[in-house]
Amino acid sequence: MYKILNKCRVFLQGFLLLNLVWLIASLLLNINVIPSPFAVYKDLGSLFTNKIIIHILYSLRRIALGLVLSLAVGIPTGIIMAYSEKANRILYPLIYFSYPIPKTALLPIAMLLWGMRDGSKIAIIFLIIVFQVIVSVRDSVLNINASMYQVVTSAGASKSQIIRHVTLPAILPELLTSIRVSLGTAVSILFFVEAYGTKYGMGYYIIDAWSRINYIDMYAGILVISVIGFALFVLVDYAAEKICKWC
Amino acid sequence: MLLMENVSVSYKTKKSIYLVIQNLSLQIDRGEALIILGPSGCGKSTLINTLAGTVSPDTGTIQFVKDGKIQDLNPITHKIGIIPQNCGLLPWKTVRENCLLPLKIRKEQMNEEGKRDIQKIYEALDIADLLDRYPRQLSGGQVQRVAIARSFILRPDLLLMDEPFSSLDAISREDARELFLKIWKQYRPTTILVTHSIEEALHLGSRIIVMGTCKGDIVYEMVNPYFGKSKPDNVEYLITKQLLREKLKTNVEKEEACV
Repeated sequence: MYKILNKCRVFLQGFLLLNLVWLIASLLLNINVIPSPFAVYKDLGSLFTNKIIIHILYSLRRIALGLVLSLAVGIPTGIIMAYSEKANRILYPLIYFSYPIPKTALLPIAMLLWGMRDGSKIAIIFLIIVFQVIVSVRDSVLNINASMYQVVTSAGASKSQIIRHVTLPAILPELLTSIRVSLGTAVSILFFVEAYGTKYGMGYYIIDAWSRINYIDMYAGILVISVIGFALFVLVDYAAEKICKWC
Repeated sequence: MLLMENVSVSYKTKKSIYLVIQNLSLQIDRGEALIILGPSGCGKSTLINTLAGTVSPDTGTIQFVKDGKIQDLNPITHKIGIIPQNCGLLPWKTVRENCLLPLKIRKEQMNEEGKRDIQKIYEALDIADLLDRYPRQLSGGQVQRVAIARSFILRPDLLLMDEPFSSLDAISREDARELFLKIWKQYRPTTILVTHSIEEALHLGSRIIVMGTCKGDIVYEMVNPYFGKSKPDNVEYLITKQLLREKLKTNVEKEEACV
């Protein structure tokens, strides 16, 4: 808990500092594109009349579906790659090649394959997270000390017992770290994937305000998406602290 | 009683097959503490892995006689306790969970008497106050004691130990050996301990065999009169120590011929 409180303190410090820079920039430049932070905060109440909660829920739903899908595909794939040399030989070059490809570049293909609605949006979020999950799971399994298998195998453990008592707990810390990193990327990608085929989502909210030249609303949207990103970051950190008590 | 007949074990790599143990035959009586002494790379750990069920032998039979019944050694039918080189505690389980893990895997129910016995083992090894800690919160000596407790709680038919005290400093090692002997004498499981330390072999083994470097051949065997005695101060002990050292040394010299 102390670690999380410390992170919140750092966030608050950064937040205040950024607001200070923002305030100075708005005073110095005095242009519509950079409104005063006071004006934006004064207008935050309008977020609720603009049904911001619905936008947030839509975005979170897309991220959650992308994450669940990534875990469902990434964990077994990573484990199979670690335990089967043959599978690793086939899949590793594919992962190695695909990992650094900017996933937003695949957006047109995703649109063509899964349409303009949620399918392509979730597919892009899935592609952002799944490679991190596969790589971290594979590496964590490969790093398990052989003596741990010795202990459970000599006690008569079945394959499922080995997975339950050794493999799954061993991958958890690295897995949560990779989820935390990739969730940040997934939030930032909302701006692109919610720019089309929807009227809901944080990305849409910002782009809509931008197109209406309502900069106050646009900044409010940016503030909300930042807070959501940070909240997800803290949530995964908290989960890691609660689940991986041994670390 | 453990019976090994013409056991051969090899490791396969992409390019070749390495024969580590060839036609090894051994017999270990019930309640015996057999020490396998040998230099690094002689196949000691491979032997432990084979008996633990993590490596399958290519040829030969490994059987265990229990209650007059002779059966192939198998981690499911026989209780095999193991103390690997680094103790093999699972970092994500508390000391208590680690100690009870073999019982949990075997789905063994515990009655009141069983629980009392386990408590006695905790107390004998001085880990009763550490049960809720995670392995990273323990010292090297404490980790060692937990691993010993885990293997004895199972009440093993066969206890395997792979250089279990090698990572400890001299003082902790001595304490751990004494504690191990104390609890071993209470339960007397059939034990195989592999080590490269002559002192440890003379302290903990009722019988000692010296393994060669040529695919696990046995080059010397002796019944140990110093079993349970820590550093006896007499000439015969030093002569025995010297003899074992000679046997090990000759082995290393023979290695070149073997390769």
